[in-house]
Amino acid sequence: MEPFSTHRGLVALLDRANVDTDAIIPKQFLKSIKRTGFGLSLFFDWRYLPEGDPDPEFSLNYPRYQGASVLVTRNNFGCGSSREHAVWAVMQYGFRAIIAPRQEIGGQQIPGFADIFKNNCVKNGLVTVELEAPEVDEIFAMVERNKGLEATVDLDEQRVVLHLPEEMAFHFDIDPVVKKHLRHGLDEIALTLEHADEITVFEQKHDPQMIGG
Amino acid sequence: MLAIFAPVNWWADSLINRRRSAVRLCIFFRSGLEKRAGGAYKSLSMAKTLFQKVWDAHVVRTLPDGTVILYIDRHLVHEVTSPQAFEGLRLSKRKVRRPELTFSTLDHNVPTDDPFNIKDPISRAQVEALINNCRDNGIKLFDYETGHQGIVHAIGPEMGLTLPGLTVVCGDSHTSTHGAFGSLGFGIGTSEVEHVMATQTLRQTKSKTFKVEFTGRLQPGCTSKDMVLKLIGLIGTAGGTGYVMEYCGEAIRALSMEARMTICNMSIEGGARAGMIAPDDVTFEYIASGDRPYAPRGKALDKAIAYWKTLPTEDGAEFDRTITINTSEVSPQVTWGTSPGMVVDVGGVVPDPDKVPGYSRRDVEQALEYMDLKPGTKMTDIRPDTIFLGSCTNARIEDLRKVAKLIKGRRKADTLRVMVVPGSQQIRRQAEAEGIDQVFKDFGAEWRHAGCSMCLGMNPDQLKPGERCASTSNRNFEGRQGKGGRTHLVSPEMAAACAVEGHFVDIRTWDGLKALSA
Ligand code: SF4
Repeated sequence: MEPFSTHRGLVALLDRANVDTDAIIPKQFLKSIKRTGFGLSLFFDWRYLPEGDPDPEFSLNYPRYQGASVLVTRNNFGCGSSREHAVWAVMQYGFRAIIAPRQEIGGQQIPGFADIFKNNCVKNGLVTVELEAPEVDEIFAMVERNKGLEATVDLDEQRVVLHLPEEMAFHFDIDPVVKKHLRHGLDEIALTLEHADEITVFEQKHDPQMIGG
Repeated sequence: MLAIFAPVNWWADSLINRRRSAVRLCIFFRSGLEKRAGGAYKSLSMAKTLFQKVWDAHVVRTLPDGTVILYIDRHLVHEVTSPQAFEGLRLSKRKVRRPELTFSTLDHNVPTDDPFNIKDPISRAQVEALINNCRDNGIKLFDYETGHQGIVHAIGPEMGLTLPGLTVVCGDSHTSTHGAFGSLGFGIGTSEVEHVMATQTLRQTKSKTFKVEFTGRLQPGCTSKDMVLKLIGLIGTAGGTGYVMEYCGEAIRALSMEARMTICNMSIEGGARAGMIAPDDVTFEYIASGDRPYAPRGKALDKAIAYWKTLPTEDGAEFDRTITINTSEVSPQVTWGTSPGMVVDVGGVVPDPDKVPGYSRRDVEQALEYMDLKPGTKMTDIRPDTIFLGSCTNARIEDLRKVAKLIKGRRKADTLRVMVVPGSQQIRRQAEAEGIDQVFKDFGAEWRHAGCSMCLGMNPDQLKPGERCASTSNRNFEGRQGKGGRTHLVSPEMAAACAVEGHFVDIRTWDGLKALSA
């Protein structure tokens, strides 16, 4: 996995909440046994018309968002199925970071991202940035008003910068463990295998009981 | 050979817990505990939750950054989320560390009309990849020939693989199902699948805990599906994010194992990766009964039960969040939108877009447009054209029995198609032995083979654009059951009544309900 420190790129908006992983990558594409080739199918049902042409109404098809690498969207992105294909599709399309709001709606506290999706992002080096809802509203407004607006997601400094004539910056919090993993592009399996002896010792006293046969 | 058993420290814990109730602070045990890593003193002074106990028993190591290397007892594998993990292992020349703790099945791609005949070449390649990967890595595969093929979350429990106190993972978000036994079961991504294969562990940070208490009793015709849909309606689909739920209370105790699995299954629809229920006599009876080749038997079972009895949450244990729901006020639930939190009582109407907690006006408008519904429409005026009785949420033998009772001697409404898809081959066999298949056939339903089927339409069972389905599954997302298909999530009982009448009905006042108590 590629380390991430800072990334600058074009911002695209996807103005929907609760985008589930079925919408991110519909099931027919999960039949692949490969880790690649998912970019074209990202948001398939929204992105393409029944005949197969891109739907000009879908925001990621707007000419102004072509080549975008920072996705800004609404709360609870990535809910539903645990399919890691969703993260692969987002990344293979070209996104390096996603920004979504923590939000309160009608007394419910709703995070920017769903748990398993967020976790899968860390494993693949896709940065998920959670901001306050008014901040994301502001980014939406700025991007809509300023064609070609770019943003920098700076993991070291934990901030998002909008490259307007007068720059706007937003601080974000991130779990230090997650930050370290993203920053160094760590191979978790190799790290855990450094503890192989401890796992063996643990296994000697721990019987994952009752394996019949 | 049945081997036992609980690691030494579990026994120590249970001993200490018993002591503690008699003697508030026992120096002898405390000093014994202090040798153990990680907050032993704290564990003595604080009552523990079920989650905490299962967690503690699986901590291999706590790393300086607070991450835990957590041991995994059961790794369940299906064809969709595993091929890239096996490939990753091969590329890095790593092996499956404990193939004997890894079990797999074929479910998502299987055609349920003719499971031996996968016509789609890409589906077939994925199924073959799993067959080959299992063979090459010495992993037990429950394929068609074994007679134990089925949805991964149906076969874990029925084979006796899922037991109290274990950690169970699978590259599938509905692994939360297994928590019904008091195990810690949660879904993982494919990178983590590879991690478990290579190390038999996962790197985890501890979740917060969420106590969901169901007081009172269910009304006749209402089910655990209604309980969990009600919960999701209250807390929202992200309400459980970052938490492990523990379901408790009188209404939970009164549920069968099958009904408990339905609740835990849908924890993820409430945002929680795991949902647990403390094991009790209902759990022990389920494990002890039937043909469960991997469950302990005889003395081993007695010993196991003695241990399992130490698992429930202790009085006074603290949770990070709590909600209490009066079960006797839970009505039959029907979803109207494209998120499981978009749900109302069957007596209600499609809501006003401004009045849905947890969803913005736009969220609701988008959902209603997709569902082709107007605010104010009575739920009982909605007429599905398809009934799907299936999925890891509600396709267990008890679900099939109840529906069979409700529809026996009746005919389905002509306006709709009814699909019945048992969760596993074993469930299908059992149903056939009881003559339930004939009841469904006489009703006009399709009696199909085991698999995920129309829960997600990765196989030929799919809704066509614009079709409307009353489904016993767990997700009503756009396109989930087929592109353009519209899903209403309901209990099996509600699906049955709908199949008879051709539209949703309040099962509590439906004249066919008495058949259930007959
Ligand atoms: S039945 Fe549905 S939810 Fe359950 S494992 Fe299969 S696809 Fe997933």
